[in-house]
Amino acid sequence: MEEGMINTTVGSVGHLFVIVSFVAAIMAAFSFYKAAVHSGLEGKRAWLQNGRTAFVIHAVAVFGIVSTLFYIIYNHLFEYHYAWSHSSTRLPVHYMVSSFWEGQEGSFLLWMFWHAILGLVIMVTNKYWEASVMAVFSSVQVFLTSMILGVVFWGSFKLGSSPFILLRDAIEAPIFLQNPDFIPEDGTGLNPLLQNYWMVIHPPTLFLGFALTVVPFAYAIAGLWQRRYREWVRPALPWALFGAAVLGLGILMGGYWAYETLNFGGYWNWDPVENAVYVPWLFLIAAIHTMISFKKSNTALKASVILVVLMFILILYSTFLTRSGILGEASVHSFTDLGLSGQLLAYLLFFTIMSVALMVYRWKELPTSSKEASTYSREFWLFIGALLLCLMGFQVIFSTSFPVINKIVELFGGVSNLAPLDAAEYSSAQLWFAAGVAILSGIGQFFWWKKMKKGELWKELITPLVITLLVTTLIIVTGDIDKLSYIVLLLAAIFTIVANGKILWNIWRANPKLSGGAITHIGVGLVLIGILFSSGYSRVVSLNNSGLLISREMSDEFNRENLLLFLNETRTMNNYEIEYKGERLEPEEGSGYIPMSKIDRIDPFRVVATEDIYYNDELLYETGEEIRVHPENVFYEVELRDAGGKVYKLYPRIQDNPQMGLAPSPSIKRDITKDLYAHVVLRMDKDEVEWSEPEEFRVSQNEIFYVNDYVSRITEIHQVKKAKGIKIGDNEIAVKARIEVQGEKDTYVAEPVFVVNLEQRRVNDIAGLIYDEIPGLGLRFAFQNIHPESDEFSIVAYTRQKDWIILKAMEKPMINILWLGTLVLMAGFTLATVRRYDEFRKMRKKGQE
Amino acid sequence: MKKSHIIAIVVIAAAVAIIISATGDASTYLSFNEAKEMSVNGKSDEVHVVGQLKKDQEGHIVGVAPSADKLSFTFLMVDEKGTEQTVYYNEPMPADFMRSEQVVVIGKYADQQLFVADKILMKCPSKYQEETIEATL
Repeated sequence: MEEGMINTTVGSVGHLFVIVSFVAAIMAAFSFYKAAVHSGLEGKRAWLQNGRTAFVIHAVAVFGIVSTLFYIIYNHLFEYHYAWSHSSTRLPVHYMVSSFWEGQEGSFLLWMFWHAILGLVIMVTNKYWEASVMAVFSSVQVFLTSMILGVVFWGSFKLGSSPFILLRDAIEAPIFLQNPDFIPEDGTGLNPLLQNYWMVIHPPTLFLGFALTVVPFAYAIAGLWQRRYREWVRPALPWALFGAAVLGLGILMGGYWAYETLNFGGYWNWDPVENAVYVPWLFLIAAIHTMISFKKSNTALKASVILVVLMFILILYSTFLTRSGILGEASVHSFTDLGLSGQLLAYLLFFTIMSVALMVYRWKELPTSSKEASTYSREFWLFIGALLLCLMGFQVIFSTSFPVINKIVELFGGVSNLAPLDAAEYSSAQLWFAAGVAILSGIGQFFWWKKMKKGELWKELITPLVITLLVTTLIIVTGDIDKLSYIVLLLAAIFTIVANGKILWNIWRANPKLSGGAITHIGVGLVLIGILFSSGYSRVVSLNNSGLLISREMSDEFNRENLLLFLNETRTMNNYEIEYKGERLEPEEGSGYIPMSKIDRIDPFRVVATEDIYYNDELLYETGEEIRVHPENVFYEVELRDAGGKVYKLYPRIQDNPQMGLAPSPSIKRDITKDLYAHVVLRMDKDEVEWSEPEEFRVSQNEIFYVNDYVSRITEIHQVKKAKGIKIGDNEIAVKARIEVQGEKDTYVAEPVFVVNLEQRRVNDIAGLIYDEIPGLGLRFAFQNIHPESDEFSIVAYTRQKDWIILKAMEKPMINILWLGTLVLMAGFTLATVRRYDEFRKMRKKGQE
Repeated sequence: MKKSHIIAIVVIAAAVAIIISATGDASTYLSFNEAKEMSVNGKSDEVHVVGQLKKDQEGHIVGVAPSADKLSFTFLMVDEKGTEQTVYYNEPMPADFMRSEQVVVIGKYADQQLFVADKILMKCPSKYQEETIEATL
């Protein structure tokens, strides 16, 4: 490629792939539809073959789009808007992969990519279902592909937003008028806050989860359509379980990421983007339970159909919420509006109307069991559990939809100014639902494994109940739990663990393969206990005890939840001595932290060590060594010393993020029973530092003087040839004073320089004074004059407040139970998925599927 | 009555209860005057007020006063109706506060004079808006 020439070919190729994939998806949808409705065997086969070919072409084209876009990012073709706005030359390859899905177009592409793969898997693994399921699948792909089509119809109607748009077409900048072939040297990069390994693995997991939800939906629709009302459940169930596991994992990853890196103060904030995944997941779980109920005893078929359809509609609704821009300021991390609202609404409405119409049309034909489920049957309890899950989801999605409700009310001329619900209000409502779900999952399991008569239930439940009460009482007393809602949740969570533990004990000996349900429910109990303690009893430990008065307007009714830490000054916090030790940088490669006071900057990305740099007593860099650093991240070393003299270090971070301003990240001290979670709320703004009036000292060498109460003295005076980047002229003499200042812990050195012009025989005012600063003490020195007659020197000192940070620290008890619970949950889901897939495979072997 | 009917009634009742409780708990967007009126009438619900920091004629922000220990601050805010109000926030000043184009305060009146914010949301202009490209030929 010639220098300065824009590479338009690769974008055209990419765009061609997009168009091919779109057209092929339409053809596949049509052919599979024809194959499904065609009555003649010969014609059916022909249409099926057409559909298969079209879908394979579609899938290949999707892979082509993905490869092309990655090629553009990987080769830094910044003439393309997507590469320019999401990547840069400095990104390592794994973050180039992340920048691929940072943008809205790329994330649609990721979603389509998983659909394409799943479609191929369905084509290979199914016989009876292929045509009808793939017809639904392909039509979903038609809508998704249209989102990145980027084609303008009839001059004004734009369909989709292409990732292959050129920078000059995306942005109006004067530079393109002068030179249309202008290519920026570098991109604006991946948002530094997202430069994190979670950004590499979280989105693909989440979107795989999203993609998997279409499979049970497609089976349900195919079942209604083909009048195979009962048969769709078996192949759909393993997919639903797998989907719930992956989507659940994606949600948990997001929570863990938020906890570790982003500063929402925790792992879950009831942000609309989080809710948008959580709610469909709850419905999916509910659907799984009714499907299992149906498989076992032919009940709850209608409920299963409704729930699976609702679940997928909720996925589409969530997509609409988070990507249409309707949430506006209600969300911290929804996507930017690409003007796709209309298309997203069409996507939502098409599948909603289509599936509701189909359900209504077929409703009468759906088989129902004539007998009422007894209150003592497992079906009854499963159904109640599913309903409760739905109500739990409804509370969240209704509250998240306030901006939509406001819009709709306004559309009809009303006034609605509902503000987003506070996170605490979500939590307090969800807590009761969670307690109910936990209790039902304990009771339900007993019914599941044993047909119960009226008297027997009590006999079965008495032991778990007694154990639950004992354990709960013990925890309430030792943990000092006094809130009614917490006691109820604790009781419910422990009950489900004990009850499911007993069942697990019994099944495991009979057939471990069947234990997925029990294990999953134990995981739920653990997760709830972990959340109860880590959130409910999260407490601020950085309470202010510095003895300063709070502002005049307010009386003492406010507790201060932040701690002001001056450099090298010890405070106490939560049984620790705490001390702020200074700013640190992070090397690009390798571990450790680099003190800002021991380096000089060469450019934003490179520094040079002015002293040997140690980290954990290990020599990291020698004096003079050049180090590459991440310029946007500054870490604040905070030392904690416990009563036994053990020392811990925390390194909370503030990132000067070009897109988001100053973004703090916490540092976590992890213990088995609790985490200490600290972040820097505010740091000193170096641009707004105010220096004191100068104070002059006339001293001789080694004479002690006090600057801001620090013991100081001049230890050396000598002539220098150059000073701090300023060249000393031939007719000038420069003299440097070495001043030692005794700080609280260390001795600091300042070396101001005094320059005399020999011809003028005097100091040329300020230019002759080269200041030197000791940031650690907030001091600045100038060497102002030499008095040969008395052998004395004039030193001028300025003082300022020492460097400071404001720290907020929280204690999160028992958070490890939450993480443990999530692992148990995932293990349970995996076991259940494997079991249900085995069932499907066995039936397929018999020629039943 | 069949059991399924009872369940249906219970579910509908629960859904209605959720709707009433969620909309009832929800705070609303109000102006300072409306919020003050609410507090005079004895309602202690939190409200959202949208506005901007007060600026002088040259466009400099005025009236921002951190406490001596920097752990809290007060500022002057002008809501969308143009009402000026002193707001107290018992947290350090958010890092990008002075750059904010728009602020939303969530809180209530402590007395007739002072609005106490529990939470502050800010809308800041991005340092680069992806609108222009800085380049020379």
